[in-house]
Amino acid sequence: MSLLSASVSITRYKVEGKLKTPVTETVAAALKKNTISEIAEQSAEKVSGWTSFEKPYQPDFHGSNFVYATYLVFALRIDKKTIPAKLIQKHFMIESARRLDESGRQYLSRNEKQIIKDRVIEALYLKVPAIPHVYDIIWNYEESALWFFSNLKAANEELETLFIRSFGLTLIRMFPYTAAQLSSDLSDTEQDILLKLAPTSFKD
Amino acid sequence: MLDVAVAYNRFKFLGDEFLTWLWYVIEQDPAIFKGVDPDLTSFEIGNRIVLEKRKKESVERITIKGEDANFEEGMLALNKGALVAELNLVCRTIEEKWQFTLKGESLNISGFKTPKIAPLESPDDLEGAILEKVFLYDKILQFLEKLYKHFIKLRTSNDWQNRVVPLIKKWMHSS
Repeated sequence: MSLLSASVSITRYKVEGKLKTPVTETVAAALKKNTISEIAEQSAEKVSGWTSFEKPYQPDFHGSNFVYATYLVFALRIDKKTIPAKLIQKHFMIESARRLDESGRQYLSRNEKQIIKDRVIEALYLKVPAIPHVYDIIWNYEESALWFFSNLKAANEELETLFIRSFGLTLIRMFPYTAAQLSSDLSDTEQDILLKLAPTSFKD
Repeated sequence: MLDVAVAYNRFKFLGDEFLTWLWYVIEQDPAIFKGVDPDLTSFEIGNRIVLEKRKKESVERITIKGEDANFEEGMLALNKGALVAELNLVCRTIEEKWQFTLKGESLNISGFKTPKIAPLESPDDLEGAILEKVFLYDKILQFLEKLYKHFIKLRTSNDWQNRVVPLIKKWMHSS
């Protein structure tokens, strides 16, 4: 979802830790190293990596082209191949029948069936095109804040995993507890009270 | 710090209480918003409220939506022990309008619409457009962060049980 869209979803994160200076070069190197690779020729179900905000289908992280004023702007791309279950079933049946013909047997073992199914899926993944999903990111490095333009659980989990792998920094999602604990300037006493809070009853 | 998954589930009630408190403040004590961001001329409920009543093993969910929705049914649900789980909100300054939905348990924002920015006419306009959008998002995100901070300070004080909860109960029962 593009950050320039008329309507967006945002998940807020706090970034824990600091990068080696000069920051722009460190980020550029990490983005290049973990840039998405094309999976058209691969049998993988899913591939994810960083891509450019401006050209999500031709990632390019040369120089500081992802820096806009004090913000680092790039995107997470997840390319996923989806094979309908009925297509797998069709090719599995064809391949199983061929195997039975060749062997002259009437039944296949459970192990043989599994091997055929795995091969069918692998062959189909090579033929099926991947669908790209692009999620924009704005990272305010100085404020240790990051906005991810999606609320989808799977996309957020992919972001968190790839981020720590690429930059060695942890992303902390801002939900009621973390927002209270990390962004509300609570004193030690208030932090202790927070940990012991229980739901309020508004009923008489 | 607690494990993230444990903390998420253990404290998601805080998000629902925050949204319920927001509804109360919008109706009964809007001066709080002015104190948080003096630029805002109004802060109102938008076109959707979702309420949830959590029981031991189930959740009752009530959704009220529509541009001219009547929220009386929502108030009735509050009286029966439900809390606000999602709230569509509208913020206005003299010339601009933002609208978005805030989810209690995650504090995630969806359907976030900012004032329109100038259309991109050349690649040179891109940086300006990004920075303008960032400014527009940031205005509301900072506003929400400050409001949440205000709520948490209140929630961890004696004032919550002694003053605020009785006022919210009174509002719920008088509506």
